[in-house]
Amino acid sequence: MSSDAPLVLGIETSCDETGVGIVRGETLLADEIASSVDEHARFGGVVPEVASRAHLEAMVPTIERACRTAGVGLRDLDAVAVTSGPGLAGALMVGVASAKALALSLGVPLYGVNHLASHVAVDIVEHGPLPEPTLALLVSGGHSSLLLVPDVTHDVRSLGSTIDDAAGEAFDKVARVLGMPFPGGPHIDRAARSGEVALDFPRGLTTGRDMQRYRFDFSFSGLKTAVSRWVAAREASGEPVPVADVAASFQEAVVDVLTRKAVLACREHGVGHLQIGGGVAANSRLRAMAAERCAAAGVELRVPRPGLCTDNGAMVAALGAQMVLRGRTASDLSLPADSSLPVTVVQS
Amino acid sequence: MLILGIDTATSAIAVGLSDGERTASALRIDPKGHAEHLAPLVGDLLAGEGVSPGELTAIVVGTGPGPFTGLRVGMVTGLTMGHALGVPVHGICSLDVLAHQALCDECESGRPGHRLRTHGDVLVATDARRKEVYWARYRVGAAPDGRQALLPLTQPAVDRPAELPADLRELPTAGRGPVLYPDLFPHPVGPLDVDGGVLARLGALGLRDGRDMPVEPLYLRRPDALTTAERGAGR
Ligand SMILES: Nc1ncnc2c1ncn2[C@@H]1O[C@H](COP(=O)(O)OP(=O)(O)OP(=O)(O)O)[C@@H](O)[C@H]1O
Repeated sequence: MSSDAPLVLGIETSCDETGVGIVRGETLLADEIASSVDEHARFGGVVPEVASRAHLEAMVPTIERACRTAGVGLRDLDAVAVTSGPGLAGALMVGVASAKALALSLGVPLYGVNHLASHVAVDIVEHGPLPEPTLALLVSGGHSSLLLVPDVTHDVRSLGSTIDDAAGEAFDKVARVLGMPFPGGPHIDRAARSGEVALDFPRGLTTGRDMQRYRFDFSFSGLKTAVSRWVAAREASGEPVPVADVAASFQEAVVDVLTRKAVLACREHGVGHLQIGGGVAANSRLRAMAAERCAAAGVELRVPRPGLCTDNGAMVAALGAQMVLRGRTASDLSLPADSSLPVTVVQS
Repeated sequence: MLILGIDTATSAIAVGLSDGERTASALRIDPKGHAEHLAPLVGDLLAGEGVSPGELTAIVVGTGPGPFTGLRVGMVTGLTMGHALGVPVHGICSLDVLAHQALCDECESGRPGHRLRTHGDVLVATDARRKEVYWARYRVGAAPDGRQALLPLTQPAVDRPAELPADLRELPTAGRGPVLYPDLFPHPVGPLDVDGGVLARLGALGLRDGRDMPVEPLYLRRPDALTTAERGAGR
């Protein structure tokens, strides 16, 4: 992309990562992250106030680092983008206030963007322009959604989402049952590699009536309960818990449902491209099974590298740059942080 | 010298400008709207005074104590503006600002109250939510050069008002404490919320006197959460 393409800085503070990314057009120049995950580990989960305090401390240093990495000055920016929701209210506000301060000081437009749309848009800086429409499967600690995306800058439609726990949340809860540290997703992934899919855990919302009523929705809380019960029974009987097998079997159940419904959605909506994003997209089994099933269905699969799947600032900058390139109107300086911003509202 | 003051530690979103002598302020009361309204308010204040952001020479933020979410909005705004404009950012305890407002006639922005004595102590008590107040005690006296001076006698603290000693609560009290707990703070004075212009002017004075003004948020409370170890111990 030429050097007159818009230079956009993106800020992400919806959860426990302070992310600042810089994108020129469709080229990623910097993706800096300060994470407070270690501070949360001793609480066994993300503590909103701890996250917000860390954002305040990390905000300006992370902006500085991103500029240094990208080799640009703030005065070179053409626009600023920020996650305005959904996410933790207090955490979002730190990023939103900081982005507004940048826009005001530099006299550049501000784009308040949806966190989930950013998770989709980030693949543009990895694999080029998004095919339109794209089907997106977003799976993280806070979300599990199937989206039909005709235009990531303003038309994102929800086909389904979880009706209880998010996929990453299920990974984290089951990891806790198995005595693994937080966040548990990567630990389950690792343990599962040496295990067998020996146990048949339930696949939520995949049969009979559920496939009519909840065709593209997910449910993982029943699965989590089944795993906990199985482990508890095993412990009560005094037998050792086969951690690797439990991890592999649980993971298989989650990944089976996610990929089955995603590929079905592609087929039924006539979409030839599936994109996976969110922290759980780092899961090795999810990547492998999605690749297999997409190949069998003739669907092209796109998954950004793991570092771009988890929360980061690059994805916000990537979406912001698309907004500029497509001539979308900037957000107002009075835009609020909206902790429950609907997935279909791309810009606020 | 042209200093921008930003404070979001009280129910007000308060901004102000000071060149050391003249001050201007703008204020919006919205205890939940800090993130929304602060930047536009700064923009309007600067535009109204015919100042472009690039003309600012320093920024001073109120460091609380105050409800955390609002407090951070002001602090991160000041820190980011300072970085973007390449000017230093300083911090002043928000209770100090209220104490000065209580003393200073021309910046009376609250309800009428008893005029503060020129000597004696003043209490500042603001809303800390959860039935508590942030508070600090100050002494009004004469500085060596004869000017009226305000000396903090205590570090800012957070407590239930009824647990404060009666002689402390009887002092002339600035801030919203007396509005929320009129029976416990019987002598309200002056301002309810921080005035951004006074904050900016205090920043200017602090710079003139070479004071150290660190930008550290005064939370005074730990985050509400138990570690897994603490949860285990409490079981
Ligand atoms: N290899 C993996 N396998 C399974 N889950 C994983 C893996 N790596 C990370 N995760 C899970 O991803 C989640 C983190 O995702 P992410 O970084 O997107 O943050 P998040 O705050 O949950 O995101 P969002 O705000 O988008 O909901 C955690 O639940 C974590 O356990």
